Amino acid sequence: MGSIAKIIAQRLALGVLTLLIVSFVIFVSVNALPGDFAQAIMGQGATEEAVTAMRKDLGLDQPYFQRYFSWLGNIITGDLGISFAQMNFASNLGGDQLISVADQIYPRFINTMWLAGFAALIAVPLSLTIGVLAALYRNSMFDRIANIGALTSISSPEFFIAYILVLFLAVLNPVFLPVAEVTPGITLGERLYFLALPALTLTLVVTAHMMRMTRASIINLLASPYIEMARLKGVSPMRVIVKHALPNALAPIINVIALNLAYLITGVVVVEVVFTYPGIGQLFVDSVINRDIPVIQACVMIFASAYILLNLTADILTILSNPKLRHPK
Amino acid sequence: MAEQLLKVRGLKLEGLSGETWTPIVNGVSFDLKKGEVLGLIGESGAGKSTVGLAAMGFTRDGCRISDGEVEFDGIDLVNASAAVKRSLLGKRIAYVAQSAAASFNPAHKLIDQHSEAPVQHGVSSKSESEADGMELYRRLRLPDPDNIGFRFPHQVSGGQLQRAMTAMAMACRPDLIIFDEPTTALDVTTQIEVLASIRDIVEQFDTAAIYITHDLAVVAQMADKIKVLLKGDEVEESDTRTMLSNPQEDYTKSLWAVRSFERPKKPAVNTGATPIVSIKNVTAAYGTVPVLEEVSFDIHEGRTVAVVGESGSGKSTTARCITGLLPPKIGHIEFDGQALPLDYRRRSKDQLRQAQMIYQMADTALNPRKSIGEIIGRPVQFYSGKTGSEKRRRVEELLEQIELDPGQYINRLPSELSGGQKQRIGIARALAADPKFIICDEVTSALDQLVAEGILKLLANLQDTLGLSYMFITHDLATVKAISDEVVVMKDGRVVEQGPKDEMFQPPHHPYTDLLLSSVPEMDPDWLTTLLDQRGVDNIGDAAVNKMA
Amino acid sequence: MSNLLFVIAVLAAAVVGGYLFRLIGQKTTQNRPYFRDMPFLVAFGYVFGAILIFLCARLYLQPTTLESGVPNAVTIFFRWTVHLIAGLALAAFLFRLAGRNIGTDGSKRLFRQMPITASFGILTIILYCIVALMPEVFAPYGEAEVFAKSYVYPFGDPAANGDPAHILGTDEIGRDILSRLIFATKNTMFIALAATILAFLIGGIAGLAAAIFGGWVDSVISRSVDVLMAIPALIFQLLLLSIASFWANSYGIPMVLFMIVIIAVIDSTRVFRLARSVGLGIVAMDYIEAAKLRGERLGYLITREILPNAMPPFLVEFGLRFCFVFLTIASLSFLGMGIQPPSADWGTMVRKLADFIKFAQFLPNAALLPLFPALAIAILVLAVNFVVDWILDKSSGLKG
Repeated sequence: MGSIAKIIAQRLALGVLTLLIVSFVIFVSVNALPGDFAQAIMGQGATEEAVTAMRKDLGLDQPYFQRYFSWLGNIITGDLGISFAQMNFASNLGGDQLISVADQIYPRFINTMWLAGFAALIAVPLSLTIGVLAALYRNSMFDRIANIGALTSISSPEFFIAYILVLFLAVLNPVFLPVAEVTPGITLGERLYFLALPALTLTLVVTAHMMRMTRASIINLLASPYIEMARLKGVSPMRVIVKHALPNALAPIINVIALNLAYLITGVVVVEVVFTYPGIGQLFVDSVINRDIPVIQACVMIFASAYILLNLTADILTILSNPKLRHPK
Repeated sequence: MAEQLLKVRGLKLEGLSGETWTPIVNGVSFDLKKGEVLGLIGESGAGKSTVGLAAMGFTRDGCRISDGEVEFDGIDLVNASAAVKRSLLGKRIAYVAQSAAASFNPAHKLIDQHSEAPVQHGVSSKSESEADGMELYRRLRLPDPDNIGFRFPHQVSGGQLQRAMTAMAMACRPDLIIFDEPTTALDVTTQIEVLASIRDIVEQFDTAAIYITHDLAVVAQMADKIKVLLKGDEVEESDTRTMLSNPQEDYTKSLWAVRSFERPKKPAVNTGATPIVSIKNVTAAYGTVPVLEEVSFDIHEGRTVAVVGESGSGKSTTARCITGLLPPKIGHIEFDGQALPLDYRRRSKDQLRQAQMIYQMADTALNPRKSIGEIIGRPVQFYSGKTGSEKRRRVEELLEQIELDPGQYINRLPSELSGGQKQRIGIARALAADPKFIICDEVTSALDQLVAEGILKLLANLQDTLGLSYMFITHDLATVKAISDEVVVMKDGRVVEQGPKDEMFQPPHHPYTDLLLSSVPEMDPDWLTTLLDQRGVDNIGDAAVNKMA
Repeated sequence: MSNLLFVIAVLAAAVVGGYLFRLIGQKTTQNRPYFRDMPFLVAFGYVFGAILIFLCARLYLQPTTLESGVPNAVTIFFRWTVHLIAGLALAAFLFRLAGRNIGTDGSKRLFRQMPITASFGILTIILYCIVALMPEVFAPYGEAEVFAKSYVYPFGDPAANGDPAHILGTDEIGRDILSRLIFATKNTMFIALAATILAFLIGGIAGLAAAIFGGWVDSVISRSVDVLMAIPALIFQLLLLSIASFWANSYGIPMVLFMIVIIAVIDSTRVFRLARSVGLGIVAMDYIEAAKLRGERLGYLITREILPNAMPPFLVEFGLRFCFVFLTIASLSFLGMGIQPPSADWGTMVRKLADFIKFAQFLPNAALLPLFPALAIAILVLAVNFVVDWILDKSSGLKG
């Protein structure tokens, strides 16, 4: 077991290192902006003194690396700064009711997790089932239709799928709601009802990818000599799948799921915008358009962390599911 | 007169290529009685495996039985329902695959896979069949039979896995076992013990078997009668001794004759003559893993040195050291008395030209996107600077040397050639450099015997006309016998012994040399029995090798 | 609730029907192997499919206006969908038929093996390319030409707020939608193609270099790519585009250039992965070793030995990357960070006209306004995907 613990420790360390480098890349990208933030926040009309004061407030008078490390330190302690929009608001009106970025992001992060989680909950079992069936009955009518359906879904932009669903399930047949403007304090049932269409959109997008990958890896697996051996032992088709194919399919399936959950992270951005869902994706797009740097930085860090965490989990699960590593010679 | 078990009549099979079904087996018939062993032999593409599986009522995807009967103990397997076939497979008919490493499920322990068929077919309980499995492991002479079953496939060596798979096939005491090339992937010393244990156990339980192989000497040990297939057609069938001593058909005769090809002996090398290539005390490693230890031998002008050994013995690494792909840590290589730079990148164009290489897999050795003319033309142009019609004349000359018609082949792509033809192009490319010395790395091991013989004869002729020297890397001792002048035996990165061929094949020698050379199956049907009598059952294969170490 | 009950009823009917179907099949054919060995799922599939076809036919055949005089929007949209698919399939079928009878022997053979999906793909790609190369020929009006009447509905029926002069209607400031759709073909395809080509140059060269040199070169590039890939692509692109818009403003560099470079750089990480693995596969071949031992230079190795063998997987990947880039541009534009007005662009058009979807119940024609540009994207990407899928299927030899 020693070697497996060592491999996992290595992966974990690599994950942390990647996250550190990613944070540096984000910091450098953002600081590649011409001019400075203080000017950007205050607008052209601001006096020189006010801008200088703001610059001092933001710590922009400090050296580059010091700023990076203080930013990094703040992130680790959960301090994501204050958004420019808030500051601008404060400096113009003199108010001091500042909402920090962390407070702004937290409820939206929860909302996004709901959406992604709901979508994943439908998409994962659905696509694994369709993928396995398509692999078992490959080149059948079912396989062909599933393949064409999946290609169509992959080829459509997320917003197209979203609007088609709105058209058919919210406008023509008012089963669900065309917008998902959830408010704090709603019940679980209401939340799921609001989330139905955005989650369905994401499901369709992700299922297509996941189903194709599952099909490919299962077909690959079914061609292995040990599957033929199992059939030549007179084992029932069901048992061949459950006992012989599935344990070996774990690693590829874990990777397929991780890859697609990671894809969900990107998918939520467009879907949240279409359904005006108050999630982190919509916040990100808004702040990108308003160039609200502290919010942008924070959102990108959150997206990247989620992405890295997913891949890391998949990596570790894959290692754990490998009999060669679990039972070394 | 034993009872009839399997009856195959006019069996025809088709395979799906693209959108159309094309015949791959055109009518095969045979009978098998209880306890009888049929050897099915033929070259690649003969359809032996397909016939073997069809005898179980099984066809792979993209393959189907188009005509004929398969009757097992009165049951029509061609038209039987899936459920009926399932009730027979594993229980009354079992299968042993070529690659045990790939055919054992990597996710389960050996004993769990062993007991699956008995439990699923309701033959015995899990604990009974596990106990029986250990007994079978013991009979098959697997080490530590009580515990080896609790290992995972990757924790067990290839030869042991193959025996564990035989035990698994025996689990329900079937009436018939299909052995599909069970020893092809093994080294010769390992092969022996697998052969011996398969033969024992089949005899002990009076099981009928179909033994599929391309190796005549192996089938001679195992089978009561032999059937020869060629490209999906039956050639002939008779009992083993008759078949060996008195084959009827030309094709069978030619197969038998392959093994008798041997070059005339050359006079001894002058003592004091400078060798073409001299390997001096070479020690090499991949990173920190040592692979060669103080390897030394000489290759003289116009001679062939065969380097033999089992997988992992370091013979191909030696070639990489000579070509400069893997510069040795210690030691050096001399060419015609001059020390060569160790790294190929520091060798001059002329030094590179002098030593050429021919590869085992002609498929990966020829660029699939280049025509034959380009493949051979490039070294001609590169080394001699010839272009245009001069270059083309030289390419045509080379094609004639390797006995291919230039007009027909010069514009073809490698994918349009057969395996043997591709290997000839590999030879022509080496000759195009006008070298003195050629390394042949397992050049015949991927080829069928008749084709391989053609390549060996061609290489021998070229040596005589062009005065070439060869280093011949091989694990096949028949090839060594056929072509070599001197033999170098390697094991675990060291040279065990070296000397002229005739001496090496006459014992006594270093125990490993004797073991290796005597492990090569011979056409004599009594060879295995005799050998086992000489060595004793506990002193074959891995056991013998381990004792030596 | 009634919807759910209906779905359950259909499924239950298919389960029972499937069982009966197989049983009847076995009885009437005296237990032929086809019915005897038919898995239940297959029987279920046949019956379920039959029920679906029946339901679709019923929906299709309903009248287009309800008794109250209100349009039956569901049936109208369903008919449009069916007509669109049937029309595309028919065009693809005719195209394949033509291909099988016209041209050289080689091209005829190609068309004979081609599935209908692939022929649809090829036809569509050709049409889009022609439109993209000379949009002026096809567009009735200029790209940014503004007319007096905004929000004209499609199909030119004056009674339904249409105008025969604007067959697909006009947008929020009165520009002809058909013309903008046609000009957008050029804009979007040009950027997508440029970005994909650039991504291949960067990723392809880096990937092959990593494969050939190995060692620290490989480690450095691979690790950097890992880091870049740890930030989700769309997020990173939005971030960089937002920064680039500052640069574009202050230095007067066209935003399009930034878009191409940013999309290409981020996409090149995926190309790198492929190029590296393809490269490693080829470098391990004996013919590369033979060429090295001959003393060939690096340039010869890359151009003559490696590249020709890397081309087939690269071509397939090029198609897939193009689709991906194309969808990325659509998403970016939809989110407001892509191609900027007055240049016509499909993603932007969808966003601007999206609200019309809500009127679909009473004004089916109006709801088409945002769907046209979305369809234009989907059809092109689908076409490329179909062709790529066909090539993959063909080259994998073993079907499936």
